[in-house]
Amino acid sequence: MKKTIITVVGKDTVGIIAKVCTYLAESGINILDISQTIVSGFFNMMMIVDMSATGKEFNQVADDLESLGKEIGVVIKCQKEEIFDSMHRI
Amino acid sequence: MINVNEVIETNEMIEKENLDVRTITLGISLLDCITSDLDKLCDNIYNKIYETAKDLVKTGDQISREYGIPIVNKRISITPIALVGGAACKNPGDFVRIAGTLDKVAKEVGVNFIGGYSALVSKGMTEADRLLIESIPEALASTDVVCSSINVGSTKTGINMDAVRLMGTIVKKTAEATKEKDSLGCAKLVIFCNAPDDNPFMAGAFHGVTEADKIINVGVSGPGVVKTALEKVRGENFEVLCETIKKTAFKVTRVGQLVAQEASKRLGVPFGIIDLSLAPTPAIGDSVADILHEIGVEHAGAPGTTAALALLNDQVKKGGVMASSYVGGLSGAFIPVSEDQGMINAVEAGALTLEKLEAMTCVCSVGLDMIAVPGDTKDTTIAGIIADEMAIGMINQKTTAVRLIPVIGKGVGETVEFGGLLGYAPIMPVNRFSCDNFVNRGGRIPAPVHSFKN
Repeated sequence: MKKTIITVVGKDTVGIIAKVCTYLAESGINILDISQTIVSGFFNMMMIVDMSATGKEFNQVADDLESLGKEIGVVIKCQKEEIFDSMHRI
Repeated sequence: MINVNEVIETNEMIEKENLDVRTITLGISLLDCITSDLDKLCDNIYNKIYETAKDLVKTGDQISREYGIPIVNKRISITPIALVGGAACKNPGDFVRIAGTLDKVAKEVGVNFIGGYSALVSKGMTEADRLLIESIPEALASTDVVCSSINVGSTKTGINMDAVRLMGTIVKKTAEATKEKDSLGCAKLVIFCNAPDDNPFMAGAFHGVTEADKIINVGVSGPGVVKTALEKVRGENFEVLCETIKKTAFKVTRVGQLVAQEASKRLGVPFGIIDLSLAPTPAIGDSVADILHEIGVEHAGAPGTTAALALLNDQVKKGGVMASSYVGGLSGAFIPVSEDQGMINAVEAGALTLEKLEAMTCVCSVGLDMIAVPGDTKDTTIAGIIADEMAIGMINQKTTAVRLIPVIGKGVGETVEFGGLLGYAPIMPVNRFSCDNFVNRGGRIPAPVHSFKN
């Protein structure tokens, strides 16, 4: 499984999750977990997704999500899970 | 599974606290390039470096992209050129040609720096070592990304005072040769005692002869991350303070370990070491002096600074060694002046002097680094400062280094601007009393008694 963490940070508006999920569904990316929280007034969402079934390259997904974020007015980042694992798990 | 708060913590370190991987440094042995024909030697060097490093920058950028962690520099370190060029170079000009080849190939593969225009002369100098050292001013003036380092002493061998005296002169000549650019050449020249073979940081990186053909060394950094973590424990006791630094160093180093392993896998080059140094940059908040301030001294240089730095350096190492399978290089806290806004502020406030910096180097990982001094400082005075710093390294069995910049045409009270990661620096006063008779004695200082462990 190729797990990737997608984070969405910005001002809360209607349809953020819907738009991101639509893109992921169309790209064949499976969502394993979603959680969200508000940090200093900002909407923070994290998705753990599995990219093994998608035909798209990592860079393309990251670029697409970045531009989708710009459309909605939030910042969307795509990072492979290992960076968080290595920092927070022994 | 990873939770949202952990993800936010990591990303805040990256976005707000300047967490980065400072460098992926690819070490390349040039021993198999050696020939007595200079043209052929330059061709061999060019080809070996180009073939080995052609994917380095691309791979580094891709790793950076996938993990969302900036990798600021990609660099190359090579076998000390005095060893490689010994058979082919008959005069300093021949060595300068090799420097030109290094500059060209480094730019071609797109790396930020190439280090290893070096000689290891801790006990004595060969003819090739001397020619290389004499070529340094021209080599650094005629190239952009080539870095030079000279190891003039070690705990095992003592200090080669002939080399120290020569380096005093060479530093000044390098300053003269690059005076149009505020003596910038000296920022690319380091004089070492106990130089490590696997240091990924510039200007002192070289690929030691004890190393494999190729190796990946990674330098991580994150003064801003430590500073932010310490803000949350203001007023707490030393136990809490040290625990916080240690945990933060652990997290930072783990990121470096991940990047190193990925780079090693993708480039097909073995992983060497992680250097877990707190390396500041001129960016606001990315400062070791700010950490010292947070620990409790008003400015770096105030009483208590050496103790604060000692504990910082030690806790960084303790956190780091558990986080990585191989730790090496310099590993600790760097205290360059021009590259650290907090240090610059301390100098400008009158809190930090050259003498206090020297004391601080006894307890941290490097030495007198990126310090601008008046352009009319005598050669012998520079040699004397080098000798002092080498003695600290020799006696304490640690690496020490000197990177002084005598800025030609400028004096105390003026500032010098280097730009980029090198920053700017106020010119610091130097003790005006002479050490001519000491430096001019010639010969070497014997190894200290505690080096005889056999």
